[in-house]
Amino acid sequence: MTVLSQNTEPQTAPAEAAKTAPRPRKPLGTRAYKVFRVAALVAVVLFLIAPLFWMLLASLKTNVDIYDTGKSFFFTPTFENYANVLQRNNYFVFIFNSFWVAFVSTALSLVLGVPAAYAMSRFTMHRSALVVLMARVIPGVSLLVPWYYVFSNLKMVGGFEVLILSHMFVALPLIVYIMMSYFDSLPLELEESAQVDGLTPIGAFRRITLPLSVAGMATAGILSFIFSWNNFMFALVLSGSKTKTLPVAIFDFVSYASIDWGGLMAAATVVTIPIMIIALFTQKYIVSGMTAGATKG
Amino acid sequence: MSVLTPPRSAPSRKAARPPSARENFSGWANRHRKWLFAAPAMIFVGVLIVFPLAWTLYLSLTDSQGSVRAASEFVGLQNYLTVLSDVERFWPAVGRTLSFTGVALVCEVVLGMCIALLLWRPFRGEKWVRVAILLPLVATPVAVGMMWRLIFDPNIGFVNQLLGMVGIPAQPWLSGQDTALGTTIFMDVWQWTPMVVLILLAGLTSLSEEPDEAARMDGANAAQRFFFITLPLMMPTVIVAILLRGIDALKTFDILYATKGKGGGSFHEVETLNVYAYGLSFDYNQYGLSSAVLILFFMIIIGSMWLLTMRKKAVSK
Repeated sequence: MTVLSQNTEPQTAPAEAAKTAPRPRKPLGTRAYKVFRVAALVAVVLFLIAPLFWMLLASLKTNVDIYDTGKSFFFTPTFENYANVLQRNNYFVFIFNSFWVAFVSTALSLVLGVPAAYAMSRFTMHRSALVVLMARVIPGVSLLVPWYYVFSNLKMVGGFEVLILSHMFVALPLIVYIMMSYFDSLPLELEESAQVDGLTPIGAFRRITLPLSVAGMATAGILSFIFSWNNFMFALVLSGSKTKTLPVAIFDFVSYASIDWGGLMAAATVVTIPIMIIALFTQKYIVSGMTAGATKG
Repeated sequence: MSVLTPPRSAPSRKAARPPSARENFSGWANRHRKWLFAAPAMIFVGVLIVFPLAWTLYLSLTDSQGSVRAASEFVGLQNYLTVLSDVERFWPAVGRTLSFTGVALVCEVVLGMCIALLLWRPFRGEKWVRVAILLPLVATPVAVGMMWRLIFDPNIGFVNQLLGMVGIPAQPWLSGQDTALGTTIFMDVWQWTPMVVLILLAGLTSLSEEPDEAARMDGANAAQRFFFITLPLMMPTVIVAILLRGIDALKTFDILYATKGKGGGSFHEVETLNVYAYGLSFDYNQYGLSSAVLILFFMIIIGSMWLLTMRKKAVSK
């Protein structure tokens, strides 16, 4: 531990050193642990990154090179796969569809979900919260048959409305879940003092609580956008040729007899890159969303 | 100026006037804000869940097939009897669902705990490791499935290439009847261990340092401190992680359908309950049967959640 403390930030290092000073030092054990730790961390990172890197490499190869195991890492990169996928297969349309469905379903879910989460947190409506969270538990297939029937009778299958509705069904419980734990952690006193100063309860919610919850809403919104972007099953059943989203488009890629690996990997890269870029810039929010409510007993 | 000022009577009217419609509404809204806020979301979820679920329950009691619109007859519990006595497809699917979820969860929690412990104390380059952890988590599952299909391809896949270098014969992986399910479990572990890491790490960071410190003073070694101090304190968080991950693992569909297609492959190697029910509904249009499978599946999910919640309550005490 003593050796490790060198790595901590300068401010905490002296304090740590002072705390650990009286104990007998064990340089050999800690040195070995340090080496082991670095090695283990490198292994973890490789394990997580290597497959993605392989996908990227394959997307830059011709199909001949993909079949040539001698050219695993050394080959002449080509952007032909991307050109094919983006132009010939109309991927710009699918990219737009995915984006539009994710964006609208997230926005609508925020409008419905944030006030609901607020009420459920402030009035401790546990049973009502349970109803909304049930949506997370139910297998999607059990809802798809009735939905498909109703929406095809309404001539809505193949339109954006059904897709957005079905994705809201995933987004809403997520948003309610994240926002409830966010509102739970927000002190009541701020709203109370705003009400003493003459705001109505709804006014206090709008002018005090909402502005304070921007971080929470960003967390919930980003996560729900990602989940909608990645969603496969609902779009598989409910989307039409005009509203096909990216995951379905990739899936259709392999329904032909032989697989165009280069094109498939380019398509897979096209789907994952936007979401990974978003993730890089919003890392903090994603982490807090994924862990929302996990640590409070 | 005189033009702009309102009529003289205005101020006195303001003082004495009855509440306007707007104020009336505002007062009403403020009094009923609890349900005003909660109702839209609950109605949305209610309409989209309760009604379809009731319909699925009804369909499971009929012989509906071909088209939902086609006339169907009420057959009572016939579908359930058919499904529960089906040792060809249903029970193997139950087995695969449970073993997929069980094995994946054990791997993810054990691996996740190890990685979380590695990341617990600050170190140089922490930022990059965190990015690496986030990437699999946000990657589109269908794309991830396709990626692994190439990597695990028996002829051109990188994994067999690597094995070849150390002299291990090529394995069939996804195309093998015995290896397919294990390979999909591996994919699930790759994608979702990061989520367990994030949850456990949040738990570790919120732990108080004192018990650990005290144990160290008493001469406990690292392993003792982990098993007797940290792990018991982390149990509620571990169970939350299992609960969140378990629900999704039971319902895994994307990577299975993307890698093996309809029916979970030609020998149904990776056909879990969700894939089976999807196939019955949308590939074979057996609505009655699929509804019965779904109701049973739903009961399995609720049952396992209930068991875990009970366990969590016991641990928290």
